[in-house]
Amino acid sequence: MLTVAVQKRRAGFTLDAQFDLPTPGVVTLFGRSGCGKSTLVNIIAGLLDADRGRVALGEDVLLDTELGIDVPPEGRRIGYVFQDARLFPHLSVAANLQYGAKRARAQRYVSFDDVAALLDLGLLMDRRVHRLSGGERQRVAIGRALLSQPRLLLLDEPLASLDTARREEVLPYLETLRDQLAIPMVYVSHNFDEILRLATHIVLLESGQTVAQGGVGEMSLNQRLRAIIGADAVGAIIDGTVLGVDASSGLTRVQVGTGELMVQAAHVAIGAKLRVQLLARDLIVATQSPQYLSVRNSLAGVVTTVANDDANSDLIGIDIGGTGIMARVTKAATRELSIAPGLRVWALVKAASLRARPISNASPDAK
Amino acid sequence: MMWLSPSEIEALHLSLSVAARSVVFSLPLAIALAWVLTRRRFVGHTLLDAFVHLPLVLPPVVIGYLLLVLFGTRGPIGSWLQRTAGIELIFTRNGAALATAVMSFPLMVRAMRISLEHVDAGLEEAARTLGAGAIDRFATITLPLMLPGVLAGAITAFSASLGEFGAVITFVSNIPGETRTLPLALYSALQSPGGDAAAARLAGISVVLGFSGLLLSEWFARRVRRMLGR
Repeated sequence: MLTVAVQKRRAGFTLDAQFDLPTPGVVTLFGRSGCGKSTLVNIIAGLLDADRGRVALGEDVLLDTELGIDVPPEGRRIGYVFQDARLFPHLSVAANLQYGAKRARAQRYVSFDDVAALLDLGLLMDRRVHRLSGGERQRVAIGRALLSQPRLLLLDEPLASLDTARREEVLPYLETLRDQLAIPMVYVSHNFDEILRLATHIVLLESGQTVAQGGVGEMSLNQRLRAIIGADAVGAIIDGTVLGVDASSGLTRVQVGTGELMVQAAHVAIGAKLRVQLLARDLIVATQSPQYLSVRNSLAGVVTTVANDDANSDLIGIDIGGTGIMARVTKAATRELSIAPGLRVWALVKAASLRARPISNASPDAK
Repeated sequence: MMWLSPSEIEALHLSLSVAARSVVFSLPLAIALAWVLTRRRFVGHTLLDAFVHLPLVLPPVVIGYLLLVLFGTRGPIGSWLQRTAGIELIFTRNGAALATAVMSFPLMVRAMRISLEHVDAGLEEAARTLGAGAIDRFATITLPLMLPGVLAGAITAFSASLGEFGAVITFVSNIPGETRTLPLALYSALQSPGGDAAAARLAGISVVLGFSGLLLSEWFARRVRRMLGR
């Protein structure tokens, strides 16, 4: 468990952040730029002093201003992947990777060869740092941090300086890291897509304050989060369980709450976790069990909330056996169908408009 | 070097020896000061900065005079050095090295600072998160990356040391074989009747040395830059 509760006052800005991360897990610090994400990460790393507060990893206290404990960064065993990689230009890739490994005094849990294999670094070893592409740089930076045998990995917008193609090149490696090494990570990003793929927990920061936090599923329905990610990205994120493959359509069947969804997904084992994003704009709400439609997916549930979305539409919260989803409908539809809390409804969505990704180590969205 | 007289060869030799001592002893201090002035902010920063640069703006004779006052046989530091370590600076080549070191110090620090300012402090932070303590970080990251500036500073200071006149003659006088370096020998040659040819030869050596120093410094800088991948 990573516990963070820190305060820092700067000219015209106060950071007052508090969050916990059950380990292993990936928590993303999410918020608009300038909300204090990087400041918070630097305090966790020890590169920045806090005015007051406490940072602890399990039993190990790294910072406690009350007790006068402040372990210097070089003694914290926290790996840090910077946005600009910060590889040492006078050293080769191999020497960069070894830099932290040589200085790691603690028990090794990941070897040089493992890291090289995990991040596909074999061919880069003898290269000079300035001959690497942006994506390769970040992979080396991640490897370098890992080899210092950290107990926690901080990633401060590691993909922000990369274009979409390069980002796509690095993201799978981060997913592998999460699933195979089970190292706890604090991931700073303002790209919701990265969060969708990597996070198990989300901490929302607004002008220096942690305003909401929780598992990805729970947080995907959070009103403050909706305001930041933009209308088109609003929608429930559910870590469902794979039931099998539908023989006739070839689609993967996923258990979601008490319902079942058919999604397009690469081959996944039965029982594995699949993260499905149900965008509010893609859902259709019916007040009767639908028939004669091409839509593959129909989830029966009960309306929990009707919230104002914008001038013309409402966001309907629907409970499907303990799991919440959200659908955007026009205000006219809300009126004509008399949609109100307690009403029994069916949420329809095309299999083609669902996005699903395998995720192990998923957040247990206890509700 | 058959066309040089023994005393001229002696002056050349002495100049090189004085300049080498001056650079060797001032190098560590210059690196430390460059680091402090670039990386630390503290009360008196501006004052220290000005103090380091003082020899650039003061007449060399003034520096020589101040050295006499401080490091002379009855000066506070000079008498202490003699009592505790038996080191005598006045009228010796070590004294000449001290005078040239003080004069060339700002040039050295300046070259290193420019280089250090281009070393991303973020790299030192990265080394820190990888477990490197302060001395470790400095030795493995900061120093190698500021190496072009260290080399440039050392070579510039060496070249300047070869030519220092005012502070040397004021502090350690003009003693053949002990403190009569190239410029002092040149000055003496000009003072003596029929010394024109000797003066011309000594001037020629000075030009060649200075020029080689500058070229060498440029060549080194280029090599190191390539090594660092810039």
